[in-house]
Amino acid sequence: MTDYLLLIVGAVLVNNILLMKFLGNCPFLGCSQKMSTATGMAAAVVFVMTLAGVITWVLWDLVLEPLKLQYLRTIVFILVIASLVQLVEIVLQKVSPALYKALGIFLPLITTNCAVLGVAVINVDKGFNLLETTVFSFASALGFGLALVLLTGLRERLAVSPVPRPLEGTPIGLVTAGLLALAFSGFAGLVG
Amino acid sequence: MASVAREFTKGLWEMIPPFRLVLGLCPVLAVTTKAFNGLGMGLATTFVLLCSNVLVSLMRNFIPRKVRIAVFIVVVATFVVITELVMKAYFFGLSQVLGIFIPLIVVNCIILGRAEAFASKNNVILSAADGLGIGLGFTLALTFLGGLREVFGYGTFFDCEYLPGGIVVFGEAFKPFSAMVAPAGAFVCLGLILGAMNLYNNWQATRASQKGA
Repeated sequence: MTDYLLLIVGAVLVNNILLMKFLGNCPFLGCSQKMSTATGMAAAVVFVMTLAGVITWVLWDLVLEPLKLQYLRTIVFILVIASLVQLVEIVLQKVSPALYKALGIFLPLITTNCAVLGVAVINVDKGFNLLETTVFSFASALGFGLALVLLTGLRERLAVSPVPRPLEGTPIGLVTAGLLALAFSGFAGLVG
Repeated sequence: MASVAREFTKGLWEMIPPFRLVLGLCPVLAVTTKAFNGLGMGLATTFVLLCSNVLVSLMRNFIPRKVRIAVFIVVVATFVVITELVMKAYFFGLSQVLGIFIPLIVVNCIILGRAEAFASKNNVILSAADGLGIGLGFTLALTFLGGLREVFGYGTFFDCEYLPGGIVVFGEAFKPFSAMVAPAGAFVCLGLILGAMNLYNNWQATRASQKGA
């Protein structure tokens, strides 16, 4: 039990996927202007990343490894993620139109979110079992959401403060993200 | 001929990723702790970008519009796998350092972006020039950012397995500014470089308008 707790704390705080591992930075800067956009993106990522982590792990363990096709990993994983995103979109549209409306526009963007492919690759690289994979994928996505929402809060304040003109927009967003990363580096050593 | 040269050179300054074309930030931030790592990552990306641009351009008249994104992804993924295997065979040390970011070239928005915005609409020669130019611009940017962080963070330049120890920039008394090579330094450095480029653009714009007046 403690192992899983440590895995969660490690993935959310210590090795935060955005700030420490630098995965998924495009939506991190692109979707952090407004809080409603940020929470939508975070929710969509939690949903897709957990599903993608589990499905790619099952494929890796039951198909690619027994058939000695490990070299096809990148191609197979990206295709699975792309089709999964499409499938989720179609299913959501039918089953829960309300949720589809909330997540709709963010779903296609997730295909090129490198955090999803990154977590799938980390899962098989570290040799996690199925339960560990599920927990790690979910916790990583939570960490993504946490960092995204925190940065959005900061940037909403920045939008109304006097920023030196050349730094307006993306540059000051990056510097703010740097300060956030500095704060998160305080968690280092929390989990051995 | 002139247009080929123009497509090539625009990647080096006018549209240099990631400074002008703010895409594909993950490898930019993650691997640039040393100049050599930035160079390696940049060249790997250039290879994939050049090959995928050429192939997409060759197939541009046969790809059905509806499934084009899926086709582009498969093309890019194929070249990424080739790069991955070649690097593991001949540049093992570098491939260990870059690690997960080599398979992740497949989701680098620059590559898919160029396939969609340029290669699927232009002929092979122009697409190759575009891919090579953007790729080399990316390499230049990564090496520059890596060099900047390495010089201040470790006090060396171009430290790698082929040049152990690198070029020592500062003497014995130098205390490394370790925040530069920490994750925070990556964000702050990139932000300040973008700011500096904006400053330069503004300065040029004012000068041009003064000349006109």
